[in-house]
Amino acid sequence: MAVIRDVMAAFELYQPSSVADAQKLLEQHGPDAWVLAGGLDSLDWLKDRIRKPKAVVDLSGIAELRGVRTTNDGNDGIEIGAMTTLTEVVNHPVIKQKYGLLAESAELVASPQIRNQGTIGGNVSQDTRCWYYRGGWPCYRAGGNICYADTPEGRNREHAILHADRCVAVNPSDSAPALIALDAKFVVRTPKGERVVDAEDYFIGPDIDITRLHILQPGDLLTAIRIPSTWARAQFYFEKVRDRNVWDFPLMNVASAMVTSGDRIERIRIAVNGAAARPLRLKAVEDAVRGQPRNTATGEMAGRLAVQGAVPLQFNAYKIPLMRNLVKRAVSGVEEATWAS
Amino acid sequence: MGFLEWATSPWGQSVPIHIAWFLIWVAVIAGLLFLIVHATWLRYFAKPKEFADDASSKVSAQLPKRVPRHSLVARLFHWIMAASMLTLLFTAFLPKVGIQFPWVTYHWIAGAVLTVAIVFHIVHASFWLDFWSIWPDKTDLEDARRRVLRFVGMSAPPPRKFAKYPLENKLFHGVIILCGLSVIVTGVFMMFRVRTVFFPRNPYLFSDMTWGLMYVLHGLAGVGLIALIMMHVYFGLRPEKLAITKSMIFGWMDRDFYLQEHDPKRWMVETSSSSSSLPSTSNRVEGRGLTDAG
Repeated sequence: MAVIRDVMAAFELYQPSSVADAQKLLEQHGPDAWVLAGGLDSLDWLKDRIRKPKAVVDLSGIAELRGVRTTNDGNDGIEIGAMTTLTEVVNHPVIKQKYGLLAESAELVASPQIRNQGTIGGNVSQDTRCWYYRGGWPCYRAGGNICYADTPEGRNREHAILHADRCVAVNPSDSAPALIALDAKFVVRTPKGERVVDAEDYFIGPDIDITRLHILQPGDLLTAIRIPSTWARAQFYFEKVRDRNVWDFPLMNVASAMVTSGDRIERIRIAVNGAAARPLRLKAVEDAVRGQPRNTATGEMAGRLAVQGAVPLQFNAYKIPLMRNLVKRAVSGVEEATWAS
Repeated sequence: MGFLEWATSPWGQSVPIHIAWFLIWVAVIAGLLFLIVHATWLRYFAKPKEFADDASSKVSAQLPKRVPRHSLVARLFHWIMAASMLTLLFTAFLPKVGIQFPWVTYHWIAGAVLTVAIVFHIVHASFWLDFWSIWPDKTDLEDARRRVLRFVGMSAPPPRKFAKYPLENKLFHGVIILCGLSVIVTGVFMMFRVRTVFFPRNPYLFSDMTWGLMYVLHGLAGVGLIALIMMHVYFGLRPEKLAITKSMIFGWMDRDFYLQEHDPKRWMVETSSSSSSLPSTSNRVEGRGLTDAG
C-alpha cells in the first residue's frame, strides 16, 4: 500500500550511454531493474513507494534512442527512436506531412510540458491508470487475487467494456491506436536478440498476462518504432474523448487510416483504445467496410459491429455508445472538433 | 523465501494471496526424485515378490482367459478425469513458468468437467460398484506390516495376494481424493471471482483472509497433484504394471496376471457362463463382495 508519498525508496541509478550498455544492465538486474524513459509514469510509482526497484536504468543519455530517421529497407518509411519526445514527434515535418495521424494523437497527449518530457516509447509502454492498482491495492494486476474495480461498488467508469478477463483496467495510450492504424512495427531488444513485432502484437491483455500491458519481459528494451510508407498521406481520423480537454487520459480514442477510391473505401486500418486492456485493432470492422461507400450508413454499421460483445460494468455503460459513435465517425469521416496547438 | 505470497488488504490486514510459485518446481523435482529412487530400487535392490499360498491353483480352471476388471463406464470416467486433470494442470502452471496463453476459460471449463465427473463417480461407486474395494481393510494393514517387517529383515509370514487393488493403489486413491476435493471445492468458489456461465460474479462472497486461504489451498493441492500425477503416469508405464494399465483401456486383465497378483478370495471375479467352467449353481469364483470397482 502507498504509505509515504514524494519520497522515493533508495535505488541504484544507472545512466548508460548506449543501448548495448543499457541492455547489459537490464539483463544483469532482471526483474529488479526499472526502465526510466521520460519518467512521467515511473516517478508516480516510485514516489508512491508502490514500486521499489533496486536498480533504475535511465535511458535519457542514449543518443541512438532519440530522433526520427528514414528507413532504408526499401519501403521508404521512418524509424522513431523510443526516447524521442512527443513534442519532437508532433513537430517533425515528415511525420506531420505523411503520418499526420501520429502527430495528431501525440499532440493530444496530456499537456505541453508533459509532451516535452514524455517519450513515444514511454507513451506506448506506460502502465494502466486504474486507481485501485496504482493505489497499491493487491489486485490481480499487482499479483493478487481480486479486481477491486469489477465489484458492485467498484469505481469503474473509466474501465474496460471489451476483453476483460478478471482485470478490467484499460490501456491509456493515445499514440498506440494511431501506430496500430499506421501498421507500425516495434523494435524490441531482448537477451536473445532483436525482435520486430507488429504494433498490435506489442500489447497484451489480461488473458495472456494479467500483470503487464505489453510484451516486454525483464531484460527487454523497446528501442524504436518503424512506420512503413504503406499508409503515408492516407486519410486519417483521430479523436480522443476525455473528461477535460487538456492534461487528461482518454476515456476512449479512435484512430483510422483509410485509402478511398472514388467514394468507396479501398483499404482501412482502425483501432480504438480505452475500451480494453490493450488497444484493439478492429479487424472485423475493417473487413466489413472495405469496398463499401464511405458514408453515414457504412459508419453506423461499423459502429454497431465494433461494440459487439461489449460488457459494461456498473458505471461505464456510456462507453458502448461512445465507442459506437467514435468508430462511426472514424469510418464515415464526419469532421469533429480537434485540438490544435 | 516463504511458501506463501502475502499482501496487505485495503483495510491494512496482512492476507495470504497464493502459494509461492517456486513450489511448482519443488513438486516437479519431488516427483522426479521419487521416480528415480523407485526405479533404482526396483532395478537393483528389490527382492522378487513373495505371497502366501492362496486358492489360485484351485480356481484357475474356472476363470476366463480375460478377467474383467473395469466396466466401460468406470473406464470412461477414468479417462475423462485424466483429460480434465491434465488440462487443469497444464492451464494452471504453464503460464506460471513462462508459456503464456489465454488459460482461464480452458481452466474453468476443465474444472467443471472434472467436478461433474467426480460427482458422477461418487454416485456410481457408491451404488453400482463395490464401494469398499478401494479402501484399505484389515488384511491390507496386516499385510503392510508383514511387508515392512520382511523389508527390514525381521521374521514375518509372507503377505497375502492383493484384493482388487493393492494397498499402494488404495492409498494413492485416498491422497487423490484429498487433493482432488480440495481443488474442486476451492475451485468452485473461485469461479465466483471470474465470469462464467454458472454464477453471477461475487468477489465479496468471503473475507479477504478466507479468499486468500482458499487460493493457498487450491495452489497447494494443485502442486501436490503435479507430483501425484507424475507418479501415477510412471506406475502406469512400468512394465510390471502394464497389465493394470491395459485393463483401464480394454477393461480386462490376463488370467495369469490375475492369479499371480490377486487373491480370488479377496477379489471375486464374475464370469460369464459362456466363458467359464464354473459349476452351474454359480458363475462366481469364490470370495466375498461384488466384482468391478471404480
